[in-house]
Amino acid sequence: MEILLQQIINGLVQGSVYALVALGYTMVYGILGLINFAHGEVVMIGAMIAMTVLQALLTAALTPVLAVLLSLLAAMAVCMALGYSIERIAYRPLRNAPRLAPLITAIGVSIVLQNLAMMIWGREYHAFPLPFNSTSHQLGGAIVNDVQIAIVIIALLIMSTLMWLVHRTRMGRAMRAVSENPAAAALMGVDINRVISVTFMLGSALAAVAGFMVSANYGIVHYYMGFMLGLKAFTAAVLGGIGNLRGAMLGGVLLGLIESLGAGYIGDITGGFLGSNYQDVFAFFVLIAVLILRPSGLLGEKLAERA
Amino acid sequence: MTPESECLLELASVGKHFGGVTALADVSLHIRRGEIYGLIGPNGAGKTTLFNVVTGLYQLDSGSFDFAGQRYTRCKPHLLAQAGIARTFQHIRLLANMSALENIMVGRHLRTRTGIWGALTRHAAARAEERDTVRRARELLEYVGIECAHQTLAKHLSYGEQRRLEIARALATEPKLLALDEPAAGMNATETVALKALLQKIRAGGITVLLIEHDVKLIMGLCDRVAVLDYGKKIAEGVPEEVRRDPAVIAAYLGGSGGGEA
Amino acid sequence: MRLHRSSSGRFAFAAVLLVLPFVIDALLGHGWVRIADFALLYIMLALGLNIVVGYAGLLDLGYIAFFAVGAYTYALLGSPQFGLHWPMWVVLPLGALIACGFGVLLGAPTLKLRGDYLAIVTLGFGEIIRIFLNNLNTPVNITNGPQGISAIDPLQIGSFSFGSSYEWLGFRVDDVHLHYYLFLAFTLLVIFVSRRLEDSRIGRAWVAIREDEVAASAMGINTRNIKLLAFAMGATFGGISGGLFAGFQGFVSPESFSLMESVMVLCMVVLGGMGNVGGVVLGGILLVVLPELFRNAAGPVQQALIGRVVLDPESLRMLMFGMALILVMLWRPAGLWPSTQRRREFAAEDSVLQQEQETVYDARK
Repeated sequence: MEILLQQIINGLVQGSVYALVALGYTMVYGILGLINFAHGEVVMIGAMIAMTVLQALLTAALTPVLAVLLSLLAAMAVCMALGYSIERIAYRPLRNAPRLAPLITAIGVSIVLQNLAMMIWGREYHAFPLPFNSTSHQLGGAIVNDVQIAIVIIALLIMSTLMWLVHRTRMGRAMRAVSENPAAAALMGVDINRVISVTFMLGSALAAVAGFMVSANYGIVHYYMGFMLGLKAFTAAVLGGIGNLRGAMLGGVLLGLIESLGAGYIGDITGGFLGSNYQDVFAFFVLIAVLILRPSGLLGEKLAERA
Repeated sequence: MTPESECLLELASVGKHFGGVTALADVSLHIRRGEIYGLIGPNGAGKTTLFNVVTGLYQLDSGSFDFAGQRYTRCKPHLLAQAGIARTFQHIRLLANMSALENIMVGRHLRTRTGIWGALTRHAAARAEERDTVRRARELLEYVGIECAHQTLAKHLSYGEQRRLEIARALATEPKLLALDEPAAGMNATETVALKALLQKIRAGGITVLLIEHDVKLIMGLCDRVAVLDYGKKIAEGVPEEVRRDPAVIAAYLGGSGGGEA
Repeated sequence: MRLHRSSSGRFAFAAVLLVLPFVIDALLGHGWVRIADFALLYIMLALGLNIVVGYAGLLDLGYIAFFAVGAYTYALLGSPQFGLHWPMWVVLPLGALIACGFGVLLGAPTLKLRGDYLAIVTLGFGEIIRIFLNNLNTPVNITNGPQGISAIDPLQIGSFSFGSSYEWLGFRVDDVHLHYYLFLAFTLLVIFVSRRLEDSRIGRAWVAIREDEVAASAMGINTRNIKLLAFAMGATFGGISGGLFAGFQGFVSPESFSLMESVMVLCMVVLGGMGNVGGVVLGGILLVVLPELFRNAAGPVQQALIGRVVLDPESLRMLMFGMALILVMLWRPAGLWPSTQRRREFAAEDSVLQQEQETVYDARK
């Protein structure tokens, strides 16, 4: 029972992070129909920037709260600029190109960012200098610490803000219009390019927050951390139904739960044949199963055959 | 019940829903061999849905249909094509980046057999078949009157030529029933006249034609029999003159689309 | 290949291919002959993927899994791992067959999915295979886990081993040269198969599905089977090159089959020119040779320019590689040497609809 609760807690925390990153994938896909392969690396850059700025501010003897806030803001700012540039340089010129061309440039961007990070921060793991002692709490036999609680709460706050933004503001309406029908939206006077840029920046800001969260949770930062995280988050987005914001959130949390429960129990299920090192397999098995049974994802609309 | 020899396609109480919307309700009709059968009705009456059902693009929700003595309830498009139903699309769906000739050659897929082994070895039978495919494709281009365009990419053809190419491609599958979804849409008067002649030629060649059309004049002048759909129901069926005078049809058109087309 | 239509041209081209390993050896050294061998392996792999992505238009992001299946089949049946030493002419076809089986197994339930979903499912499949290879060492040791399998039998026909050196008439021929000829033969076979299929009833059906699946099925093409056929063909080629890879390296480990490798092969296809055999060959050569060039240049160039090696040459080379990918795609979105068909596809200005779309998009640029 304790194990179950503990795995659920871990799953929720990890799932919140997946959800934030998945939102970035899904927003871009919804508007451009493009898999932004480089999004995982944006998360990594966010984490790296946050770590570096936090370190510097703490050395400069800033109060911990201020230092954390400022470093988070710095990471968000850098990532937004990065997201904007990626779209301008690697995607916008290819908007009418064959479908696979932007995928290749996305892969190129991903390689560039990864290796740039390796040059700047090196190959080693860095400790994330979180200036708080994260107290652990007992919760019905399971352990949960402050950072984990903060992650879930902040993720919830951000996601509700995003929903408000998309459904209640002018910019949000423009985004929805562009994702429905770019040409029609443009004829109605929506500035498509601006909407797309804003979408990339929003997604990248979320990625920065997610990067901060992962690093704070695990206490380490590494140039390669964005790859698997991005892959999982994309999986989560597809699981929920790509292009659908609620789907991305649901998919993220669900994937987190499935992974952590799967890893916790796989040994028992298979009689010790498969161990928790198969954790990563779960994500993909579930994904394949869901897509075969429900090809549009959990919350995706059934897309009519496009003429 | 018409005897099998005379009846080619028979729909029995066919129904189709999309969510809560009923696109087809209890539609029954039969098409005789060798006739040109017209399907008319206001916009949204369910004509294209009916088309998609008999060509396997949609699975019907109730009822069944018989084609050439065989009963179908659920069936894949390629199997219906195999059975002898070929179609064109309301919005032209050619293989835009293949040449006109290649488009028709793809249409021959069904009636040719060369597989991997034949493709690799190009044995005598495979070569003969390929030659035959090209020859038939050229013949069909000529048949529909666009032989000069064989090397042109489908998307570079004029609108009328694209319509003709789509018909030629459908004919390449050697159909018993040729189903045309608004073939005259967007055509000018001259093109429409030419199309009419083409359809008569096709029928004379022994192929039954099912025609959806908005151009009521074309339908009335061409079809042996006509059925009228309105809100997913068949409200009239018969020879054009009869249907034209049918009060239900007049009401449907006047009430439905507001125009006095009939 | 189209360039060499005339028989004298063909003859010259064949002669160049034949003496190439010795020329490379003399000019650049042994290491580069090895690189040429790898280039041929990757070309085979890329041509296999080209059938799936280029012809049939199915985006497969887990293609390397079939390479892995072929490689591990060879490794398990021809190494001390189980003490089996089956001959190459049994193991290679068997590996191809098993890879083909995996292709059908994966394709059958998933090929009805829309493009991007298919991409992610195949990606997941690739990762699953890799994770299993990585972990199937406990409780029963099958794959030897992350350590991989070593001491794999060399490629061998009868008593003639491609892994040894021979002297003929005072002329020394090493393993890298022998493998070159073996791989060249296989590559030419794969090219032949690709070209023949492209220009056939099956190839036309693939392109028809790529262009418009609904129209293709309405014309009587059994889209599921034809797609499955593309998948199976691609997987078979992957399996064969995997077996050759294992025999050539003498060592396989899960590391060689990461997602990045799938992505590399896809890059070869797209960068070179999807659907065009010549383009894919070009892409394969470039993506094997370019990183090697960068590797050799990254250190010395820094040395010469600033007097010391500031930046890690390995990252620098990957950085340059990433930038090259972006730049080439921006410069030639349809690939360096696109098929005529794809080229037309990209010449979008002739389609009025497309043009309207563009104007709308460009309005605010």
